[in-house]
Amino acid sequence: MFSKPEKRWVYIDRTVTEMNNIGVGSLAIVVIIAIFQGAVTTLQIAYQLISPLIAKPVIGSIVSDSSMLELAPTITCLVLAGKVGSHIASEIGTMRVSEQIDALEVMGINSSGYLALPKIIGGLIMIPLLVVISIFLSNLGGIIAGEASGILTSEEYLQGARESFLPYNLFFSLVKAFTYAFIITSVSAFHGYTTSGGALEVGASSTKAVVYSAVAILFSDYILAQILL
Amino acid sequence: MIELKDVRKSFDGVEVLRGISTRFETGKVNLVIGSSGHGKSVMMKCMVGLLNPTSGNVFYDDRDFTNLEYSQLRQVRQEIGMLFQGTALFDSLSVEENVEFALKMFTNMTKAERRDRVNFCLEQVDMAGVNAKFPAEISGGMKKRVGIARAIALDIKYLFCDEPNSGLDPVTSRLIDELLKQITEEFNITTIINTHDMKTVFDIGDDVVFIYKGTNEWDGKVKDIKNSGNEMLTNFIKASFFD
Ligand SMILES: Nc1ncnc2c1ncn2[C@@H]1O[C@H](COP(=O)(O)OP(=O)(O)OP(=O)(O)O)[C@@H](O)[C@H]1O
Ligand SMILES: [Mg+2]
Repeated sequence: MFSKPEKRWVYIDRTVTEMNNIGVGSLAIVVIIAIFQGAVTTLQIAYQLISPLIAKPVIGSIVSDSSMLELAPTITCLVLAGKVGSHIASEIGTMRVSEQIDALEVMGINSSGYLALPKIIGGLIMIPLLVVISIFLSNLGGIIAGEASGILTSEEYLQGARESFLPYNLFFSLVKAFTYAFIITSVSAFHGYTTSGGALEVGASSTKAVVYSAVAILFSDYILAQILL
Repeated sequence: MIELKDVRKSFDGVEVLRGISTRFETGKVNLVIGSSGHGKSVMMKCMVGLLNPTSGNVFYDDRDFTNLEYSQLRQVRQEIGMLFQGTALFDSLSVEENVEFALKMFTNMTKAERRDRVNFCLEQVDMAGVNAKFPAEISGGMKKRVGIARAIALDIKYLFCDEPNSGLDPVTSRLIDELLKQITEEFNITTIINTHDMKTVFDIGDDVVFIYKGTNEWDGKVKDIKNSGNEMLTNFIKASFFD
């Protein structure tokens, strides 16, 4: 599908643009989701574990572990499937139905490579970065909620988080992030590229991109847990 | 010169092009006319490689376009400019970037050289000074002009235009026609224009191919078109005029 690029620097330029679109463009939503997700998880875990027999730091360790292993990568990427995926599919789909892709082809440009590659590479670089940010911020959200509600202090939270931290968990989280990044960008680019018809079909491709990416993410989530844990 | 040899194209078993053999000469405005749905656009897409003919061959100055290796195919494609019916300008790029696009992709020009070339092309189509505007910010006629400027950015040998006048007022149509004729003669390129505008035919046409139900029903010079003796063509021309 991908042949030798026409001009390397043009591709690098486009990849940087896509990194900006995907990374910087999604930062705000990722920040909000991560903080709330950490905060809510903390409150709910505390609610479920309400017993004098359980040490407070346990709450911190459960929240930080589940954020890293599942919530930060999966929830972040499900949201990105909606935001980034629909954007990619509608952008490429519009180019398809308005013959811009034909214009690229007539010029002798490998249109699938030209359009999809910078998005896929941009996603593979930026989405794991967003996931790492999300991991940090969900712990921050957990700490804030713990303090604010008086459930546990930040020292207790961090003690629990530190004690249960395993480098392997971070590795696992990043494997998920890379996998989801590839799924979101490639599935969406594919649905955009294969659009045919008009504006209505662009909308349909965009929806399909989001649904298929989301399902593929959940499916691979299960597979990865099966293989790597 | 572009030559078609028995080009056929079917979609799902329905034959849309039914064996077209014809020649388009260099330095001339070659017109392809015919009613809606008779295969003009499909023929043009087969010529530029956006569709693969079911059978038959397309030759670009003796290079068999239908059977070229990928690298040679790309070479030929860089000699092709195309103006799409809907212009197909890249809407995320400014006018200037649209024209510059192929220069960036295929030449080793410096930034300054590219800028000069872009301005030269925009001047050719009388669009100097709109460099920074985006396609969404300019009118349909201006888009066509920018489309032409983009098509001629590289030193092309072949220019394809699918209905360059559709959706334009008569005055703008004549200006676009004149522009295409002028570019054809100035750069000695093989220009092929799909149209159903008979005014275009008589104003700027050199040679004409009349497509009827997927075959080239009549080929010849514009001056012979009124006395072709071909019933279908005569009817087509009659329908275009009020008298
Ligand atoms: N991708 C396609 N799949 C199936 N059929 C097609 C496809 N493209 C064109 N056709 C059919 O081929 C026939 C010729 O279409 P074409 O677009 O070439 O007509 P045209 O002569 O360019 O008409 P117009 O003057 O309206 O542009 C039509 O019947 C059309 O339905
Ligand atoms: Mg057509």
